[in-house]
Amino acid sequence: MIALDDISSIGNWLRQVLVGFGLRGGLLDGVLAFIAVFVVANFALANGGLMSFVWRREMAMIQDRRGPNRVGPNGLFQFLADGIKMILKQAMVPRGADRLLFLVTPVIATFPFIMAYLVIPFSRGGTLADVNVGVLYLFAITSLAFPAVFLAGWSSNNKYSMLGGMRAIAQLLAFEVPLTMSALGVVLLTGSLSTQGVVMSQHNLWFIFPQAIGAAIFFIAGMAENAAHPFDLPEAESEIVAGYYTEYSGIMFGLFFLAELGTTWTLGAIFTTFFLGGWQPLVPFLSFVPPLVWFLAKSYLMFFIFTLVRFSMPRFRIDQFLSFGWKVLVPASFANLAVSAAEVALTKGFFQP
Amino acid sequence: MSQVRVNSAEAAKGRVSPEQERAARGELHSQLVQVNLGPHHPSTHGVLHFFVTLDSETVVDLRLIFGYLHRSMEKLFEGRTYVGNVALTDRMDYTASMLNNWGWCLCCEKLAGLEVNERSQCLRTIAGELSRLSSHLIGTGVFGQDVGVLVTSVMWGFNWREEVLQCLDDLSGARMMYNFIRPGGVRADADAPEGWSDKVRKVMDGLPRHIEDFHRLMTTNEIFRARTIGVGVLDPTDAVASSVTGPTLRGSGVKYDVRRAHPYGIYPELDFEVPVGENGDCFDRYMVRIWEMEQSRKIILQALDRLDATEPGNLGKAPKVFKPPPGDAYAEIEGAKGCLGFYLKSDGGLEPYRAKLRSPSFINLTALPAMCIGWKIADVIAIFGSIDINMGEVDR
Repeated sequence: MIALDDISSIGNWLRQVLVGFGLRGGLLDGVLAFIAVFVVANFALANGGLMSFVWRREMAMIQDRRGPNRVGPNGLFQFLADGIKMILKQAMVPRGADRLLFLVTPVIATFPFIMAYLVIPFSRGGTLADVNVGVLYLFAITSLAFPAVFLAGWSSNNKYSMLGGMRAIAQLLAFEVPLTMSALGVVLLTGSLSTQGVVMSQHNLWFIFPQAIGAAIFFIAGMAENAAHPFDLPEAESEIVAGYYTEYSGIMFGLFFLAELGTTWTLGAIFTTFFLGGWQPLVPFLSFVPPLVWFLAKSYLMFFIFTLVRFSMPRFRIDQFLSFGWKVLVPASFANLAVSAAEVALTKGFFQP
Repeated sequence: MSQVRVNSAEAAKGRVSPEQERAARGELHSQLVQVNLGPHHPSTHGVLHFFVTLDSETVVDLRLIFGYLHRSMEKLFEGRTYVGNVALTDRMDYTASMLNNWGWCLCCEKLAGLEVNERSQCLRTIAGELSRLSSHLIGTGVFGQDVGVLVTSVMWGFNWREEVLQCLDDLSGARMMYNFIRPGGVRADADAPEGWSDKVRKVMDGLPRHIEDFHRLMTTNEIFRARTIGVGVLDPTDAVASSVTGPTLRGSGVKYDVRRAHPYGIYPELDFEVPVGENGDCFDRYMVRIWEMEQSRKIILQALDRLDATEPGNLGKAPKVFKPPPGDAYAEIEGAKGCLGFYLKSDGGLEPYRAKLRSPSFINLTALPAMCIGWKIADVIAIFGSIDINMGEVDR
C-alpha cells in the first residue's frame, strides 16, 4: 500500500514496478521523470480548470447568484464542458495581427505556472526537483507570464490590447521588485534557497508571524503579479474591454483564462510554502494528517482568500496603482528586509531546517 | 505638435547646445492614439460611442456620438392617441418607466385642465418613487462596476431592485413596461390590490439594510474613494450653464429639484429633503443617489399612509376618450435622471399635433466631454457612470 504521508514512497514503489518490467539505468530514470512530470503537469492543468469552477461558484456566492450548477454534481464538470466548447470554437486571428506571435502567446502564457510546479514542495520529499535555487527559480519562471501578456497585447493589432500590454509592463516593473524583496526575508531566516528548506525551517513557527510585513507585501504584490482583480489593469474589463486578450477567441482565450486561475493557485501554493509552513501541520499533534493534505488544504484556502478579495474590491487606476507600488510597497519591502536581518541576529538557529 | 529639429551633421560634431537637447527631449511626446470606445463596449450602458483621443492613458479629446438607438419617438407620438402614447413613453427610460408615464400624463392634464383625485395621486407618487428607487439602484450598482467592483455591486443592486419591481408588478401587472398612469388618474382596472401597501412597507423596511451594504462595499472602500473623490469635478456654474439636472446637478451643490422648485402632484404636502453634494465629483453624485433613495423611502411611507386613508376603487375620472382642446402645454417632472419635460401641441384631435421631449439623460451627457479631458481613460468610464444616463432616453 502506498503511504500518502511521503510522496517519495510512491516514487520508490513506481521504481520497483519499472524495475520489474526490466528497465535499468538511464532509461529507468528517464521513464520515471517522464511519468512524474506527466502527472504533475496534468494535475496543474486539471487543477487550473477545477479552480475555474471554484472561482465561479465563489463569485456567485458573493453576488447572490447560483453559479454553474447543472453539469455534473453541483456543476463540478462545468469547466470540462467549457473546455470542450472552447476547443471546438473557431480561434480567429485578426487581420493585421502578427500571426506567429499571436498564436504562440497563449502557450507562453500557460507554461510558467505549470513550470512553477517543478519546485513546489507538495509534501515531505515531494518535490519534482528540489533544486538549491528553488526560490529564485520560482520568481524567474512566474514573471515570464508578463512578457506573454505584453506580446499578446502587441501582436493583436488592437488598441485596447496595446493599452493592456503597456499597462502589463508598467505593472511588472513596479511589482516584481517588492514581490522578490518580500520573499528575501524568508530566505534570510532560512539560510537556503531551496523550497523544501524553506518549509523545513518553519517546524517551530510559521513565517507569517515573524514575517508579517513580508507576507502582506507578498500577498498584494503577488496579486499584482497575477494581474488578479483589484490589480487586473491589463485586462480591466470595464475600461479596455478585455485588455490584452480582447482579440483572442476559442481555446486561445481558454489558455489565458486557465493560466490566470492556475497562477492564482500557484501563488497560493507559494504563499503557503513561504509563510504558512507548507506541508507542516497546524499543531504538532495533528501530524497524523498526511502532509500532502495539509499542503493542498492551505493552498486551496489561499486561493479562496485571493478570489474573495477579487470580487469585493474596486479597481485601481493605473497611476494610483504604480505609485502605490513604487512609493509604498518598495520602501515597505526594504523595511521588511531590515526587520528580517534583525530577526536573523536575534533568533539564531530557531528557524534552521 | 511642433518639432525641434536637431541637425544631425551638427550633432555629430557635438555642436548641439544643451538647450536644444533639452527642447528635443521635452518634445518627446508619445503619438496620440484615437480609440473608439463603443458602441460595442462593456461600459457604455447601451450603445453610446465615445471617440477618444489619448496621449498614452490621458484623455486629450473626447467626442460623443449617439443615435444608434434612435426610434423617432417624437414622430411616433404624433400618430397615436394621447392615451396610446403612454405605452410608448415606457420605452424611453426603461429603468424608471412610471416617471415617464407620469410626465406625459401631467402634460396632458395641463393641456386639458384635468384634476386628479387623492387616491390616484397617492398611487402615482408611490409608483413614481418606486421607479426612482429602481433606477438609482441600477445607477449606483452599475457605477460600482464602472469603477471596477466586477459585477458584485450590479448584482446586489439588481437583486434589491427585483423586490421593488415586484411591488410595481403587483400594482400594474407588468415588470418594467407599466403603461399604468392615465391622463386624469391611473388605469381604471389597476387599483392597488389588497395588502399591497403592507407589502410595499415591508420592502421599504429592508431598504436601509441594502443601502448599508452599498456603504460597506463601496462608500467606505479606500480604492473606491481614491477612484471617485475629486475625479470629474463639475462646478456649479458649468453645471447650470450646460443645463444639467437631477442628481448630476445636485451633486455639484445646486439645490434644484423640480418636486420642490415647480411642485406637482401631492409633493408640496409631503415632507422630504433635497440632498446635495459639495464638490461635484463622482463621489458626490454617487452619494446624492444614495441619499435620494433614502428620501424616496420617506416619501413612499408618507404616501402609503395617505393611500390607506382613501377609499379603495375610487380612482377618479380618467376619460376613456381623451380629446383636449386646441392649445399647447409644457410640463416637467423630476425624473430619475433629472428634469423630464414634455411639450404638447393639440389641434383638438385625438392625437397630439406635436410632441417634444426634454430628456435629462441627453442633456446631462453634453456636460461629459469637458469633465473628462485631462483624466485617464479609466476615469472616463467612472465619470460617465456617475452621470448615470439611459440610452433609451438619450436616443429616444
